[in-house]
Amino acid sequence: MHTLETLIHDARQLATGHGAASPAVTEVARQMQICNACRYCEGFCAVFPAMTRRLEFGPADIHYMANLCHNCGACLHACQYAPPHAFAVNVPQAMAQVRGETYVAYAWPASLGKLYQGNGLTVSLALAAGLALFLVLALALNGSLWGGSLQGNFYKVFPHNLLVSMFAPVFLWAALALGIGVTRFLRDVAPATTGQAMAGGDALQATHDVLKLKYLDGGHGEGCHNEDDAYTLSRSRAHHLTFYGFMLCFAATSLATVYHYALGWHAPYDLPSLPKLLGVVGGVSLLLGTVGLFRLKLRRHPLHGDAAQKPMDYGFIALLFLTSATGMLLWLARATPALALLLALHLGVVMALFATLPYGKFAHGIFRTASLLRYAVERRQPSSLALGDE
Amino acid sequence: MSPMPNPDKQANVDVLVIGGGNAALCAALMAREAGASVLLLESAPKEWRGGNSAHTRNLRCMHDAPQDVLVDAYTEEEFWQDLVKVTGGLTNEQLARRVIRDSSTCRTWMRSHGVHFQPSLSGALHTARTNAFFMGGGKALVNAYFRSAEKLGVQVRYNAPVIRLEIKNGHFVAAHVEAKEPDGRVRFERITAHACVLAAGGFESNRDWLREAWGTNERGETPSDNFLIRGTQFNQGVLLRHLLNDHGADAIGDPTQAHMVAIDARAPLYDGGICTRIDCVSLGVVVNREARRFYDEGEDFWPKRYAIWGRLVAQQPGQIAYSIIDAKAIGRFMPPVFPGVKANTLAELASQIGLDVSTFMQTLNTYNQACQVGNFDHTALDDCHTEQVSPAKTHWARPIDTAPFYAYALRPGVTFTYLGLKTDETAAVRFGDMASDNLFVAGEMMAGNVLGKGYTAGVGMSIGTAFGRIAGTQSAQAALQSGAHHAHA
Repeated sequence: MHTLETLIHDARQLATGHGAASPAVTEVARQMQICNACRYCEGFCAVFPAMTRRLEFGPADIHYMANLCHNCGACLHACQYAPPHAFAVNVPQAMAQVRGETYVAYAWPASLGKLYQGNGLTVSLALAAGLALFLVLALALNGSLWGGSLQGNFYKVFPHNLLVSMFAPVFLWAALALGIGVTRFLRDVAPATTGQAMAGGDALQATHDVLKLKYLDGGHGEGCHNEDDAYTLSRSRAHHLTFYGFMLCFAATSLATVYHYALGWHAPYDLPSLPKLLGVVGGVSLLLGTVGLFRLKLRRHPLHGDAAQKPMDYGFIALLFLTSATGMLLWLARATPALALLLALHLGVVMALFATLPYGKFAHGIFRTASLLRYAVERRQPSSLALGDE
Repeated sequence: MSPMPNPDKQANVDVLVIGGGNAALCAALMAREAGASVLLLESAPKEWRGGNSAHTRNLRCMHDAPQDVLVDAYTEEEFWQDLVKVTGGLTNEQLARRVIRDSSTCRTWMRSHGVHFQPSLSGALHTARTNAFFMGGGKALVNAYFRSAEKLGVQVRYNAPVIRLEIKNGHFVAAHVEAKEPDGRVRFERITAHACVLAAGGFESNRDWLREAWGTNERGETPSDNFLIRGTQFNQGVLLRHLLNDHGADAIGDPTQAHMVAIDARAPLYDGGICTRIDCVSLGVVVNREARRFYDEGEDFWPKRYAIWGRLVAQQPGQIAYSIIDAKAIGRFMPPVFPGVKANTLAELASQIGLDVSTFMQTLNTYNQACQVGNFDHTALDDCHTEQVSPAKTHWARPIDTAPFYAYALRPGVTFTYLGLKTDETAAVRFGDMASDNLFVAGEMMAGNVLGKGYTAGVGMSIGTAFGRIAGTQSAQAALQSGAHHAHA
C-alpha cells in the first residue's frame, strides 16, 4: 500500500520527466545523504542550507539544488569524504552533471535538447564562420565586400530593416525557448521548494545574489577555488567582467534601438554618444572577462565540474570573445575599406551567439537564477524538520 | 632496538615538526614566525594529510562577552568546571587553565593564517555559546595552515614517517625517516635539528596495540577487533611507543581510555568521521545481540550522552547493539548516513537484523507496556518515562508501536586514545621527571594531561592549538639559543 508521501514522491518523479532517476541524479542523492549527516559545508553557499531542510532527495529537489550550485569548489577541497576516500564525495562534479541534464530536460522544443551535447567549441566556431561566410558571399556577389565610400555607415552594407529581419527572429526564438524551459523548470521545482508563491522580496534577493555572484565568495568573501585549495576572487571578477560587459553591449544595442525608432537618430554613433560609450566599455570588459574565464578554465582543478561540458563552456566563451573582438575591430576599422568584410564577420558571430543561446552555456544563468529565486522563497518558510541536536 | 640501516640522506634544520595535523601545523607556524627554519614531516600522503584534524569541526573557546560567532559568555571558570565534570577530576589544573585561557585569544592568530569561522551548524545549536566552528570543517583549517606554512617558508614533506629518534640524556639529536619515494623505493634519512616537536597523534589506528590494551573479555572475545576507527589510519602510535618503551619518556593516561562513540556498524574501518554517528538512541530503545536492553537510553540529552555509548556497546556481546525506533522518531534526529533496516512489524524487523524474534518481542512488549507517556518534548528532560522495567528509560519513553520500524546496528567507534607523554606548561617531553631542553610534544600525544578521561566537544582542538603554539614557540627559542651558542663557540 502506498502512503500519501510515496504517492506524492512518485508523482513528482513523473512531473520532472524522470520516471526512473538518472545515474547522475541518483549519485547526487547518494552524496546528499552523506553531506546531510555531516553538514560542515553549511557556510559556503545556498546548496547546503537547502539540503538541511530535507531528509530525502527526489529528482525535483536535486535539479533545484544542482542549479543552486555555482561549482565554486569550496566543498570539494574542504571535504573529509572527497576522493580518495571510499565515499568519493565530489558535490561540485555531481551537481554539474545533473545541471547538464537539467538543460536537456527543459530544452524547448524537447527534440532540440540534444543540441546541448553537441554544442562545443568547434560547433560554435563553425556556426559563426558559416554564417559570416554566408554574409560575405552575399556581399561579394553584390560587389560591396571591399572598399566603397561607406563613411562608416554600415546600413549602407546591410540596410537597417534587413538586419532587424535577420536578428529579431533569432533573438525572439532564444527568448521564447529559454522562457518556456525555465517556466517548466519552475513549475516542477516549486512544489519541492515549499510550493509558496514568490514575493517581491524574493525577486530582489535573487537579483542581488545573481548580480553580486554571492555564492562565488566562499561564504567569507575571499572567493572560490580554481586550480587548488587556495581561495581566489579571479573567477568571480572574470565572470563579472564578462556578464557586465555583455549587459553593457546589450544596453548599447537597446539604447540604439530607442534612438532609432523613438528619436529618429540613426547609426552610426560615435564617441561620446551614449550607445558608443556603453558599447566600447562593455566590449573591452567582455574581452577581458572572456580571456580571464578561458585562462582560469584551462587551469581548473581536474575534479571540479563535469569534463563533458567543458567544450560547451569554451564554445560560449569563444563566441562572447569573438562578438566583442569583431565589434571592436569593426569600430576601429570603420573608416577603412575592410568595413563591409568586418561587419559580415561580426554579424555572423553575433548571429551564432544568439542562435546557440537556448542550447548552450548561457542557460546556466537562467536556471541558476530560477533556483535562487526558489531558494529565496524557501528560506523564508520555517523548516518542517525538528531535528534534535547531535 | 634493532640496528638501523645506514641513512641514504642527511638533512639539518632548526626545528623539526613531526606530524601534519592541527597541533603540528600550529607548532610549525609559530616556530617559523619566531624566525626558525622549520621542516614538517607528515607520514601520510598529501591527499590524506592532517590526521584526525581533518575530521574536526570546532574549537571550544572561553570568552567573557559575545565574540563574533560566539554568543553570550563562556568564562574560564565555567569551562574549567565542564572539564572537571567530564574528566571526573582526572586533569592537570595548571595545564587545563592554560588551554582555557589560550582558547580565548588564539582565534585572531588562526584567522591570520587563513582559518575562517562560522556560527554553529544546524543540528549543533547547543554549542553556539561554547564552540567556534571552522567554516568548511577541519580539512579547510588544515588546508589553510598548510598554505600559510608553505608561504612562510616551512618545508613540508609528505609520505615521510619517522620511525625512530636519537635522544641523548633527554636531548633530541636526530630523527630517522623511512620515506617512501614516488618510485616505491624506501629510503632512510637521518634529520638533525636543534629542536623537535612531536605531534604525531595517538595510537587508535594501531589494531595490535588496541588488542593489547583491551585484551580478552570474560566471554573470550577480543573486543577491540570490533572497534571502528573514526579518524585517520595513520595514527599508528609508532613514536609514542618508541618514546615510552625505548626512551623511557614519562607517560600519562590509561591505554584503554579513548573517546569512543556508538557509530553505524556499516561505517568504514577508518575515516568514517562525523557522518557515521547515529543520533536516534534517545528516541527509541537499544538492544544487544541477545535482543535485550542494557542501559537507560533517555538518561540525559544526547549531546551529553553520545560519548558513553561507544563504551557501553564495547561491553556487549559481540560489541554490537541495535538502535530501534518507530515512525514517530523520523524527522527528529540528524539524518544518518546509511538508511536504516526498515520493516512494517517489530517481529519482521527482528528477523531482518538477525535477532531472536521471541526475545526481541518480549523486550519490546515489556518496554512498551512500561511507558508512562506524559508530554513528549525532545528539547527538554520530559516526563515520559518507564515504570517497573529494568533498565528504566527515564525520559522520552514512548511505546514503539507505529510502523514503519527502523533498526540501526551500532559498533564502538574510536575517535582518539588518551595515553600520551607527560608534559608541563612549556610542552616539554619529560624523562624521569626532568624536562627535555629541546624535545616538545603537542596534540593527541599529550592531550591525556588535560583529559584523563571523558570528552567535551571541541576541547581536543583547544588542547592541540594551545600546546601546538606553545611547542612552536619553545622549540624555536631552544633552537635559536642553541644556534647562537654554536655560533659563539
